[in-house]
Amino acid sequence: MIVFLVKRLANAALVMLAVALMAFLIFRFVGDPVQLMVNEQTTQAEKDALREGLGLNDPVAVQFLRFVGNAVQGDFGVSYRNQQEVMSLIAERLPATIELVLLATIISLVVGVPLGVITAIHRGTWYSEGLQFLSIIGVSLPSFVIGILLILVFSVMLNVSPAFGRGEVVSIGWWTTGLLTPSGRAALILPSVALSLYQITLVMRLVRAEMMEVLRSDFIKFARARGVPRWRVYYVHALRNCLMPVVTMTAMNIGSLIAFALITETVFQWPGMGMLFIQAVTFVDIPVMAAYLCIVSFIFVALNTLVDITYALIDPRLRTARG
Amino acid sequence: MIANTQTSGRIARWRQSDLWWSFTRNKAAMFAAGLLALLVISAFTAPLYAPQNPFDPAQLDLLNAEYPPIWIEGGQWPFLLGTDTQGRDILSAILYGSRISILIGIASVLLALLVGIGSGLVAGYFGGLIENLLMRVGDILLSIPTILIAILVSAIVRELLPVSLRDVGAAGVLVLAIVLSGWVQYARTVRAQTAVERGKEYVQAAQLLEVPARRIMFSHILPNTLTPILVAATLNFGMAILTEATLSFLGIGMPASQPSLGTLIRLGNQFLFSGMWWITVFPVLQLCLLVVSVNLLGDWLRDALNPKLR
Repeated sequence: MIVFLVKRLANAALVMLAVALMAFLIFRFVGDPVQLMVNEQTTQAEKDALREGLGLNDPVAVQFLRFVGNAVQGDFGVSYRNQQEVMSLIAERLPATIELVLLATIISLVVGVPLGVITAIHRGTWYSEGLQFLSIIGVSLPSFVIGILLILVFSVMLNVSPAFGRGEVVSIGWWTTGLLTPSGRAALILPSVALSLYQITLVMRLVRAEMMEVLRSDFIKFARARGVPRWRVYYVHALRNCLMPVVTMTAMNIGSLIAFALITETVFQWPGMGMLFIQAVTFVDIPVMAAYLCIVSFIFVALNTLVDITYALIDPRLRTARG
Repeated sequence: MIANTQTSGRIARWRQSDLWWSFTRNKAAMFAAGLLALLVISAFTAPLYAPQNPFDPAQLDLLNAEYPPIWIEGGQWPFLLGTDTQGRDILSAILYGSRISILIGIASVLLALLVGIGSGLVAGYFGGLIENLLMRVGDILLSIPTILIAILVSAIVRELLPVSLRDVGAAGVLVLAIVLSGWVQYARTVRAQTAVERGKEYVQAAQLLEVPARRIMFSHILPNTLTPILVAATLNFGMAILTEATLSFLGIGMPASQPSLGTLIRLGNQFLFSGMWWITVFPVLQLCLLVVSVNLLGDWLRDALNPKLR
């Protein structure tokens, strides 16, 4: 077990190091950091001093190590665009994104799981087939399209929901939340629904496939023979045995949801870190881009590693097979 | 004459295949194939009948701006689906835009196939260091969300290009971004399959006959790895179109002078609140039809080629 743990963690560290290398290369070689930080009046001597001060004259390997060292401490430098600490910029935007992603995850489970069960137990009926077909459409719709259509229907035509921004937010320490005010809650609905739609179809398809397998097993037949009510067999006995892969997929997908949230955030002008990243991309604000890449990849890799380790704890067979 | 009988022989063989049989039994697949054919043909023959060339500024007339679709009060012939604020005919823009979207989709899938199959074959066949290296690179690429890779590649390559080339090279940059975020999947599939095939007798026989490695890989092993690749390529074609649309929507894809469907949606999105819904909704609809038809075909292909479901 310990060997597995060490191997898995080392693998994760290696991946993160590679991501950091990519971020560093972007940071160092896309545009000249000095040129991007100075204005026309800066003299050559000042530029040289700045170059020396930033350590850009050191060997590249040394610079990379320094970059990693700083990044581990959460120091990604200063934004080219507004001269603020990158880390504080991102920390400011993080709560908005996390709130959006978590709500979308909850929606996808609350809606996706029952839909999956229904399509599995009523196979061949028109509504089950219809849902199955709708799920293909759900997978095919890009998330910005869903956002635009939601805005068109609920904000422009029906005028029942705000189309942009976060509404009023309340700060709790450094965290800000929109859940405590009516306008904040109203502003959350459309973006989280837009973000969750793709995830709903994934959860639904997974639950359906798992349910169909579990329903064939002997303990379900036995439960039916014992006279357990039908709904209890489906929703308690069978469903409980399908939830493990669903939980895994949900945990693993939170990372990609954070990445996909940048599209939803752009459509709804949601002030999260995804929108910060897209703005950084448009202005070629490299430190912000590099920091976003590192942070999102870190969340992604950390979740995957955690899921793998949890699995190995539960199922000893995986310890050798995957390590 | 010989070539002719050969092709008719191929068609006859194709008509007797399991795949064709399954296709004729599947209404969704036939519908999707028909729809896709219609969309592709209409996009590529657009210059023959489209009311205007939306890329040619000389053909745009501000006097024609902001017409609604023709069935709504104020609509104007020949602008069937209305015009945007610059007098651009929406229908023509959609047809020309689809052409760009489809071309970028095809180019990026083909290139990703080439890179993925090539590296997968070499890694699976020779093993050792090359294999290790490829798998590690794959691990790293897979541990970053693909959309993020595509955005980063697209943003960075554009930045590195000289300003004069940015608009001209936009399509190439998009293809590169999609290929770099997509080739790993093919490489892994081919590598796994190649590693299995390598141990089989027919490969050993060929090796004993001193057939060159290149020939064993490409003419002996490759055909046996193609089935899962075909399914993945079809589904990825849909994904590639979506990725292109997403990047263009975010403003880091096709420029407004050569709009793809994503660019059209981005431009139209600004007018959503002023009541001119048609500028956005029709490109959105076209994009969805395109991707849904590709995905339906991919879904059918996956089931039809799955030996477990036969």
